[in-house]
Amino acid sequence: MRSTGQDQQQVRSVWQKLHIDLPLLIGILSLMTLGCFIVYSAGGQEMDIVYRHGKRLGVAVIVMLFVAQIPPLSYRKWAVPVFVVGVLMLVSVLLFGHVGKGAQRWLDLGVTKFQPSEIMKLVVPIMIAWFISQDNLPVKVFTVIQAFVLVLIPTLLIAKQPDLGTSLLIASSGIFVIFLAGASWKLIAICAGLASAFAPILWMFLMKDYQRQRVMTFLNPEQDPLGSGYHIIQSKIAIGSGGVEGKGWLQGTQSQLEFLPERHTDFIFSVFSEEFGLIGVAVLLAVYLFIVMRGLWIAVNAQHAFTKLLAGSITLTFFVYVFVNIGMVSGLLPVVGVPLPLVSYGGTSMVTLLAGFGMLMAISTHRRFHV
Amino acid sequence: MAPRRVIIRNQTAEANLFARRSFIAFCGVLALLIILFANVFTLQISAYEKYQTRSNSNRIKLLPVAPNRGLIYDRNGVLLADNKPVYSLEIIPEDVKDIKKSVKQVSELLGISEERQDKFFKAIRGKRRFKPVELHSRLSDQQVALFSVNQHKFPGVFVDARLKRYYPFADLTTHNLGYVARINRKDANKLEQQGKAENYAATYGIGKLGIEKYYEDILHGTIGHQEVEINNQGRVVRTLDYTPPIPGKDLTLSLDIELQMIAKRALSGKRGAIVAMDPRSGEVLAMYSNPSYDGNLFVHGISSKNYRNLLNSKDLPLINRSVQGYPPASTVKPFLALTGLEENIITPDTKVWDPGWYQLEGLPNKYRDWKKWGHGWVDLTRAIEQSCNIYFFDLAFKLGITKISTMMENFGFGDYTGIDIHEESKAIMPSVGWKRGRYNKPWYTGETLSVGIGQSYWTVTPLQLTQALTTLVNEGERKVPHLLKATREAVTTEDNTVKYVNKEIVYEAQAPIQLKNSNNWRTVLDAMHSTVQKLGATGHAAFKGSQYDAAGKTGSAQVARIKQDEKYDAEKTEESKRDNAMFIAFAPYEAPEIVVAVAIENVAKGGGATNAAPVARQIMDQYFGDRVITSSAQTQKKNSVSTIVHHGDHNHDNPLVHSQLVNNQQVAPQQQDVSY
Repeated sequence: MRSTGQDQQQVRSVWQKLHIDLPLLIGILSLMTLGCFIVYSAGGQEMDIVYRHGKRLGVAVIVMLFVAQIPPLSYRKWAVPVFVVGVLMLVSVLLFGHVGKGAQRWLDLGVTKFQPSEIMKLVVPIMIAWFISQDNLPVKVFTVIQAFVLVLIPTLLIAKQPDLGTSLLIASSGIFVIFLAGASWKLIAICAGLASAFAPILWMFLMKDYQRQRVMTFLNPEQDPLGSGYHIIQSKIAIGSGGVEGKGWLQGTQSQLEFLPERHTDFIFSVFSEEFGLIGVAVLLAVYLFIVMRGLWIAVNAQHAFTKLLAGSITLTFFVYVFVNIGMVSGLLPVVGVPLPLVSYGGTSMVTLLAGFGMLMAISTHRRFHV
Repeated sequence: MAPRRVIIRNQTAEANLFARRSFIAFCGVLALLIILFANVFTLQISAYEKYQTRSNSNRIKLLPVAPNRGLIYDRNGVLLADNKPVYSLEIIPEDVKDIKKSVKQVSELLGISEERQDKFFKAIRGKRRFKPVELHSRLSDQQVALFSVNQHKFPGVFVDARLKRYYPFADLTTHNLGYVARINRKDANKLEQQGKAENYAATYGIGKLGIEKYYEDILHGTIGHQEVEINNQGRVVRTLDYTPPIPGKDLTLSLDIELQMIAKRALSGKRGAIVAMDPRSGEVLAMYSNPSYDGNLFVHGISSKNYRNLLNSKDLPLINRSVQGYPPASTVKPFLALTGLEENIITPDTKVWDPGWYQLEGLPNKYRDWKKWGHGWVDLTRAIEQSCNIYFFDLAFKLGITKISTMMENFGFGDYTGIDIHEESKAIMPSVGWKRGRYNKPWYTGETLSVGIGQSYWTVTPLQLTQALTTLVNEGERKVPHLLKATREAVTTEDNTVKYVNKEIVYEAQAPIQLKNSNNWRTVLDAMHSTVQKLGATGHAAFKGSQYDAAGKTGSAQVARIKQDEKYDAEKTEESKRDNAMFIAFAPYEAPEIVVAVAIENVAKGGGATNAAPVARQIMDQYFGDRVITSSAQTQKKNSVSTIVHHGDHNHDNPLVHSQLVNNQQVAPQQQDVSY
């Protein structure tokens, strides 16, 4: 027994030296593997697209492992300058940005183009976690208001691009920090009230026509089955016709015959549920739940308020991805462009996401040495 | 940056607070996951069937597959209506790189007109790019060969074959077979009403006339279906299931195409019709109307110019004369004689004095015999042999119109024969009631005299003549004339192979004509026999030296009215007003196998004996061939498996025939006084 214990200690220490959180890694890799299979099925059964997907996954995993090597408390030094630069870049995107798919998201640096909003997904929780953790928890009302303003600046800038999905994720990453920092329930209730008061203003003044159309479509997709309602109707048909056991891998007629739009990106969950059925969905949701539980476990066990808040925010934001994506393709939420994390085909967001998991791993593995 | 404050942290309190908040967040996560799962559960379990159905209706389409139309054969198995592949040049726009260049090059190669090219470019607009579009609808064999050699140069261009009707004998069979042509809106509406539209979903053409129309249901067959999977653009991905179409049944007609050819040759250059029938069965052996036209023209859609030519031709080729009314003239004298015998107006020995004219008491009109100085004393046999008008004026006068029309109606005059084509006319059997109904005028006795020599309002179709003659030679037993002899039926034999056997059609027996004295049949038939066999009788010359024992009756119908003392001279008369020549005949006398009726319009010289009788002779010569018929019945063995009962079902709504009928009034005369 003792020797086993020692072995375990040794094994753990090997992973720890590598700054890898094994349960998290297993969860992530299993979703990625699954993703490759579904991307193959949804992408017209061509290996090309799987290779490209695999390459991006490889890059993202390397980024994750690299980020995991950085001691998490050192982020604090960079929080303010990076946040400021990020906001400036968002402003310049609006001024000189490259227009792609009808929205200004890309900044052309001459060598490469990138989306500043992706960086902000990580910078905002770091910034807010740093800002709040300077003081004792629970967070005070005034600090909350200040933190709100900090969250609102990038959120509005991104919403203006317009990129509703990302701005939603960034806003929630900040709000999660505030929530986990122990903002009083009274305050939360007031904020919720303000938010619902804000909704009509958002509808009337901030949302663009196509966004309003999406919401209308969400409320009644059958009203325009061949136009704006087409996506969601076809997606629900795909999911529903999967039944308990699904039609089988590569056998989903909705996806293979291309009735489903955006099959390998935003609507990959529909392909998955058509081919693997309710059983597959249960397993998939269980894996997501496992990752969220592991993330929260890391957060609870982190030894500093900053790392606790950061880890919690990253984990819960990850879940927002899952919820928004599955919710939208199954008709619970309006269609906003959010991919299914770790499964959907897609570049930039995957790297950002895994950088976030790298931070989680760093928080999980560095804690013994940096208090 | 503000100077760093020294914070005294309560680590445990913070950790507890954070853990509490994390737990709440976790509960939130769990709740949302349950909502997601419940929603997917609803979609996949509760609404499974709905979405399953919608998914299938998304992807599965039924493509109709047209059945092959049944073929038509003559009685000896000669193919009369075939299905021939027709080649069209098709282009799938999506598969062609430079469509303008490709179309130009292929058109140059095959000599396709600019007009067709323009039509093509118009057609590809608004069509799905992967659906083939037709550039040329009917390629010649040469064009097909030329294209096949060069096909590699034209990706996306291909030749498609479709089966279309082809009549190898062209105009020889058109009036019997009719033709198949494109289903027009009227046909489509009718199919819709009859609930047959679905069965015709993939069918190009439908029977428009004749046998093709009458037996449309048998010939057409049952549609098949190809169940295919399609993608979101409607492109066929694969075939899931295939229900083959059931081809239409092949028909074997009673026609003998060789006899038909003889008929055509005999009528060449003339307007007229020939009907030959087997009196034992009612099978029509030959039925030809001249001039005819090529039904193949209509299969591919006749050009309006060609159609106008057919419609406006003064020879009226579109009319099937074998089922249109002609004044029967003297051909009906045997039937009238029979009526006289049956009504006891005359006996075989009754003699009438023929001075060359007949006059009713108290009336100035003289009714003339064709022989100016008369025949002297004539009895029944001599009256028929010499076609003596005076005898029949007298007989008709004594019978009266009612007795005549009643008996003639028993022979089928003035009614549909029940033949299996729809183009038949009833012709006219005049009677007191008919005249009242038609002209609202009383019947005049003078008209009865004209009826006595087959003139006046009386018209008969050549087919009616063969039917009546059949009844006569069968001594009262009536037959329905018909063209369909058998259908080819698939029969599964004991060793489970499918064989095709001819299934003979049995036609419903008609109530026979019962005479009070059945010897009267023989009396009349004998007279017809001697008309052909006795030297000097009207039918003798035409049948001199024949190897079979024929009997018959001549007739010459006057088409134009001749004034009281005017003399008719064919050569000086306008062609359309010249006499019609008629002849009916049967052979062998003892046991008739064939009855023939001939009608020839507006002959230049002579009458039935010199114009129509030789034509009947040619038909019979062909029919009997080298056979020498002496006497005694020829029995033919017949194996008939049969259950189908034939009913004369007539539907005379063919507008073509009706419009032609109006033009054809010249065939139906008003009133004639003299018969030759």
